[in-house]
Parts: sequence; C-alpha cells; structure tokens
Amino acid sequence: MSFSFIKHETKIDFIGFRYYAFAISALMIIIGGISLVMKGGPRYGIDFAGGVILQAKFAVPTDLDKVKKVLEGTNLPGLVVQQMGQVKDNDFLVRTSTTDDSSANVQKTVTKALDEGFSGVKYEFKRIEMVGPKVGEDLRGKALEAMYFAILIIAIYISGRFEHRWMAAGIMAAGLFAGITTLQYFHAPQVWLVLGALVITLGLCCFLRLNYALGAIVALIHDVLVTVGFFSLMNKEFDLTIIAALLTLIGFSLNDTIIIYDRIRETRGLKTGETLPVIINKSVNQTLSRTILTSGLAFLAVSSLFVFGGAVIHDFALAMLIGIIVGTYSSIYVASPIIISLTKPDADEPVPAKAKTKMA
Amino acid sequence: MIVKGEYMNRNLRWRVLLTLAVMAVALCLVLPSVPGIKNTLLGKILPDTAINLGLDLKGGIHLTLGVDVDKAIENNMVSQGQDIKASAREDDLAVLKPTPLPGTRLEAVLVGSAKQEVFEKLLGKQFPNLRIDGKETLPEDRVKYVLSMTPDYKKYLAKLTLDQAVKTIRNRIDQFGVAEPDIRRQEGNRIQVQLPGLSDPERAIAVIGKTAHLEFKIVDDSIDPASVKQGLIGPGRELTAMVQRGPKGDSTEIPIVLKKDAVLTGEHITDARATIESNNNQFSVSLTFNARGAKIFERVTEENIKKRLAIVLDGKCYSAPVIQDKISGGKAQITGRFSQEEARDLAIVLRAGALPAPVTVLEQRTVGPTLGQESIDAGIMATGIAAIAIILFMAVYYSTAGIFADIVLLLNIVLTMAGLAAFGATLTLPGIAGIILTIAMAVDANVLIYERIREELRKGVKPLEAVDKGYGKATLTILDSNTTNVIVAIILYQFGTGPIRGFAVTLVLGIIMSMFTAIFVSRIMFDLYMSKRKADAPVSI
Repeated sequence: MSFSFIKHETKIDFIGFRYYAFAISALMIIIGGISLVMKGGPRYGIDFAGGVILQAKFAVPTDLDKVKKVLEGTNLPGLVVQQMGQVKDNDFLVRTSTTDDSSANVQKTVTKALDEGFSGVKYEFKRIEMVGPKVGEDLRGKALEAMYFAILIIAIYISGRFEHRWMAAGIMAAGLFAGITTLQYFHAPQVWLVLGALVITLGLCCFLRLNYALGAIVALIHDVLVTVGFFSLMNKEFDLTIIAALLTLIGFSLNDTIIIYDRIRETRGLKTGETLPVIINKSVNQTLSRTILTSGLAFLAVSSLFVFGGAVIHDFALAMLIGIIVGTYSSIYVASPIIISLTKPDADEPVPAKAKTKMA
Repeated sequence: MIVKGEYMNRNLRWRVLLTLAVMAVALCLVLPSVPGIKNTLLGKILPDTAINLGLDLKGGIHLTLGVDVDKAIENNMVSQGQDIKASAREDDLAVLKPTPLPGTRLEAVLVGSAKQEVFEKLLGKQFPNLRIDGKETLPEDRVKYVLSMTPDYKKYLAKLTLDQAVKTIRNRIDQFGVAEPDIRRQEGNRIQVQLPGLSDPERAIAVIGKTAHLEFKIVDDSIDPASVKQGLIGPGRELTAMVQRGPKGDSTEIPIVLKKDAVLTGEHITDARATIESNNNQFSVSLTFNARGAKIFERVTEENIKKRLAIVLDGKCYSAPVIQDKISGGKAQITGRFSQEEARDLAIVLRAGALPAPVTVLEQRTVGPTLGQESIDAGIMATGIAAIAIILFMAVYYSTAGIFADIVLLLNIVLTMAGLAAFGATLTLPGIAGIILTIAMAVDANVLIYERIREELRKGVKPLEAVDKGYGKATLTILDSNTTNVIVAIILYQFGTGPIRGFAVTLVLGIIMSMFTAIFVSRIMFDLYMSKRKADAPVSI
C-alpha cells in the first residue's frame, strides 16, 4: 500500500493564471523594495558593516530591558541589545558599530557596566566577534562577486544545456566578460558591476533568443528580490550566512526550474502537434507531484534546522524556508510561463520540426 | 529472456560487491570520529581520519591580522639612508640627512656638485635596490637626489616581512602552548590565525599582536620633560611615555626624555624568563644577551655610569634604572610590577623575537566552548529530526520503495561524513545545515525516479519495464538539476570564509554521494527486489 497526493495527472491551468501570478510577484517585489528604500537599504550585520558583537549568557533569569538600560550608560556607538534564542536561555547579544576600537576595549566597557549593573550575577561571554571596516568591505565585495559569478555560470550552463546552443552561450559569456571588463576599466563600484552583469546577461539572452536561460534568470532574480524584501520587512540582518542561503536557494530554485524545463524539452521532442502553452502547462502538471514532494521535504528538513538548530543558524534557516517557498512558486509561475511571453507569437503555432534539429 | 536474466544477475553481483566495498571504506573513514571508538582496539586498527570540527563547533579564536608592510619598507628605507651616508663618507663624499619621503622614497643631498658621477656610481654599485627618480641642483653647490626602491625589491621585502611575521607568530603561539594552531598567509598582506580551545581573545592578541620591539636607550635627565611639552627638544632627543604602575596594577604615564638612538635592541636576546622578585610578590622578566649583545651592553653600561638606562618596549618605557656599575655577563632585567601572567607572556614574546612590522587585528571571532557544544548538540538534534521525519514520510508514501530510499539516505549521510574525513575537510555549523539540505536533495533523486515509475505504471507499462524506464529517464534529469547545485556550491566555496566553506563542502559531497546512492545503490535494491518476484506482479511503490 502506498499513498499519493495526486493520483492522476492534474490538469490545472497554470498558464492561464500567469498574469495574476506576474501581478502577485510584482507586488511582492514592490513591497520589499519599498521596505528597503524606507529603511535605507538592507540592514547589514557586522560581517558587512563592521563592528563588535558580544553574546553574553547570564546564570540567572535576566530581563532584557534591564540589560539594555545598564548598557545604555556605556555610550557605545550604535548599541543594540537583543535577546538570543529563547527567553529561558538568558542569552543576550550586544552589538556596537565601533570599528576603530578593538574588541578588547568594547569587552572591557561592557564587562564593567555589567559588573556594576548586575553585581553578584554570574555571566559569561559565549561569543565575541569583531570585524574591522576593511574586512567588512572585502566581505561585501566577495559576496557581490559570488552573486555575479553565479549569474554568469548559470546563464551559460542553461543556454548550453537547454537549448543546445553552446555557441550562443559562448557569445554571451564573451559579451558579459567584455562588458564587465569595460566597467572595471572605469573603476565602477562593485554594486554597479553586479547590476551591469545582470543587465548585460538579460540583454544578451533577449538578443540571442535564449528564452530558457532568460526565464530561469528572471526567476532567480525574482527569488532573490522577494527573499531580500521579506528579510527587510522582518527587520533581519544580512550577513555572510544569509548570502550563502541566497546562493543556495538560487541553486534550489534552479533545480526545480530545470526539472520542469527538462519535461518541456522532452514533450516538445515528441512532436504531438500541440502549441507551446499547452506543452508547458502539461509539463508543469506532469512534474507537479514531484515539485510538491521535493519542496515539501526540503521545507520539512529546513524547518527542523529552524526549530532545533540553535540561535546561530536561525536566520540562515529562515532565509532558506522563505526561499524554498518562493523558489517553488517561481519555477511554476514565473520561469515557465515567461517562456511563452518571450517567444514570438508565431511560436503559438504547433512547434515546427525545425526546433528538433536545433536541439539535436 | 533467461540469458538476459543471467547477465543481469552476474552484473548485479558485481554491483553489490562494489557497494559493499565502498561501504567498508566509508565505515573505516567515519568510525574514528565516533566518540569512544578512538581508544578501543578497533580505533587503533582504523586509519587516523577523524573529521575536523570548525572553530564554531569546538570553540576557539579566529584572527585576521593585517601586517603593516609599508612600515617595514619605510624602516628599510631609513636604514638604507643611513648606510648611504656611511658609505659616502668612506668615499670622501658628504651626504646630508637622508630622509624618507612619502611613497617609499628617500631624499638625500650631496654636497659638491662635481662629485655627482662618483656618488651615482657608488649608488649603482652598493645600492642596486634603489634607483634615482630625480635630481635637482640646489644653491650652495648641492644636489638633491630622490631615490626610490625598485618594484622587485619592494615585492621581495614585502614577502620577507610576511614570512618573518608568520614565523614569529608561529613561534610565539608554540611557546604559548596551543594545540593544533593554524597560521597561514592570505592575500593582501594578511595572516589568518586559528587557535582552537582558547577563549580569551584579549590575552591571545596581546601575545600575537605585540610588535615587541625592545630598545635600550639612555635617559637625558638634563632636559626637563615639562619644557619639552611646549615643543622645545634638543636634536637627537625624543619624548617618550614612561609607564608607572601602582602596587594594585593601576598604571599612569609620565613623560621622559631619551636619546633617540638605541644603544642596544632586542635582536641580541637569546633568552627571556619570567622571574619572581624576592622582596615583593611581583614579577619581572630577566633577559640573556648573546655574545655580541653582552659586549655592547658591557661597553654601554661602562660609558654611562650614574646615568639612567631606559628599557623601551614598542615605544613605551617600562623602567629606567640608574646604572651603578659596568654590567658584564650579558644579563638584564625588565621590572615593571608585572603580574605572573604578564611577565610570562612578555617573556614569550621577547624570546620569539620582534615582529618585522606592526600588525593590527582586522577581524576577530571567538566562540566559547559552551556555545560550540550547544551548536554541536543543536546540529545533531536538527539533523536527527529532519532525517527521521523524511525517513518516516518516504516509508509511508512509497512503502517498499520508500524503505529502499531510506536505506540509501542513511548510506548517503555515512558517505558524506566519510568524504569529509577523507579530504580532511572541516565540519562547521553551516556544514551541518548543508548535511540537512543534502538529506532533502538526496531523497529528491529518489522522488524523481519513483514519480517517473508511477507515471509509467499509470500508462500501463509492465512493472519491470516501468522501473527500467523510470531510472533511465530520471537519471539525466537528476544529473542536470544537481549540476546547478554543485555550481552554486563551488562558487560559495570560492568566495566564502571558513564556516561557509564548510557548508559548500558538505553540499558538494552530499550531492555527489547522492548520485551514487540514489541512482546506483537504490537500483541494486530494486533489481534484487524485482528478481525475486514474477515479472508482472505489482510493484510496491
């Protein structure tokens, strides 16, 4: 005996829903964007902004407000005091934006204030981190560089693999490389490099009619933007692990997208005489049970990490959870329907035999 | 049909043997990491391949130090300037005040423009690392030269400085007594230091980061430090802070005037020890000089009886005792009301030698042992619950086939850990997150295959053929989709720092292992299962 959520092939009209889906996506991105603009950009953790954090654990139940009050007297710049994990843990995270001062001095100041404010109460520093401004800047650069390379390599891989147009993929790589080198020549800041890379990639995909690559990349950008927007709305900090989570969800979302694309390619190869929208809708339906199962299981696994994995990994797990939902949604409602919107109207005709030779 | 069956069975035997062999190797690699096994008889037979835990799990201090290479280059420039002056004098040339200019350049003024050729020849011969950037004729028959270092020499100096800094830091850490420290050079004149097991960053930084430039200078008591404050100081004199400590360890600084040129430096030290002072409970550091140092020290003390000798460490004077008599035997003592710990650390630093250039702490991450253990516990808990939830789900959803998937899932976890051990990779907290993600990705491969088999069965395809088609068609899709995850993981490895790298490594290993377990091994189980039943009996999937 075995179960299945979906006994027979579903016939849900995903494609017909696409304009609503596009509207929902646009709305989510706009809300996230507004939040980012209102808050003056993402809230950087010390990895990127530089600063000092101390994680202090008290031996007895301690009130967050009291810790805040005691530490406010220290006049440390940009002081933030937060509860870590659950209230019963009595873990507090103290963060300051000092970068010209050594962590030892901050530790001394905090120790002095805590000793005076909580005389006789035992506590220990479980974690002390200091990131200088230079390292913070380097890490920001590295994170952006990683994003840039991810876009580049994925664009090349998908164009080559899915449209069997390694030539076009090669042209795109060369174009992208030339564009970025030009930008670097003018010493453009790193953010512009990444934006430039994105624009060039999208432009070249359009020009070379690499529709699958374009669809996949639009879906990726969508996933990252929505997740970043959510994080901004929830007032969460961006640090290195969040970047790792964003990159991982790019891989994960792409995984879903590729499996649907794979099915589209297979169905087109059968030459059933169906139009592209029909083929795409059929492919999404055929892979739906797998999509739901895999995403559900991944969600289950990461939920375990979110709940039991401890405070240090909490935000990473949260980013992944959001990413899994957004990524699954985008594979179905963004990456696949967009191929139809991108393809010229004549592609609504039955797929010509030419397509087959192109793919061979 | 019979022939094909026999062929398949023989083929199957080989596949089973290969799987068992892989399993055996994996277990040998993983078992040493299981607590409690290391000390048993089994642990002694097995290879020594325990999985390294990252600092975020075992606790410790991670430091990124920036070496001020420019300062070292500037120092070298200054000493070359002095050498130029000395060499010129030997050749009867008069060179005035070689002074360093910004951008590692040096200015030197030659008196007597007629001797330009001789001077330039001398520079070319004795100072090949310098080149003349420009010269200018000054009044009074003088010529000003601007000299700069050749880029090659600058590069060489930078490398030398970094190598020496790494060596000195390693030396200090070894003497400090840290098990398995990791010290390595990084690009951008940086040094990364990892000290597992330590949790007092302040003290570690004091030992590692101290330049420890020790100098002995003569005190000029003829100048009142108070008058110097208003900007009046004689040539060759300098104002320094003298640290004075109270009995309770509180310190104040008072100004003191010293002769600028050091009479002796720390490079002549062969040994330094913390010693307890007999009259109180305070510690001092006793120094032993080498033969040359001892000779210099004897001469200096003889020439300066009744004057004060200042002991200056990194620009701060710690004590300035009056020289009562000539000191021979090459021994000296730094007193400064040190605590035992301070004296011990100072002795370590002096023994290991000075850093060739000042270092600054650019990044510091310390994880205490409690947090490390908490992270390990939480990681095991999260992994266990994720695995159990997925195993239960698969068994219920796919019944027999689901149990196959569960077995290969466990195999995948063991293989991933074995891979970590074999490559000497480091397991970090994000790495544990990577294992949890891999669990999800590994079952994804089985889900793809099983959904395909179900699809074929729904179409009315015979079970044996359906299994065959399911594996055949899904394999390429699995390869395709996993490739993107591997690409992303490799990029993460390339750009990430320690903990993130751990994540990338487990992700890549887990995905690669899942190709083996989910495609290859689970197929064996299916074949074994199918071979025991009639060709058209329904499949439990």
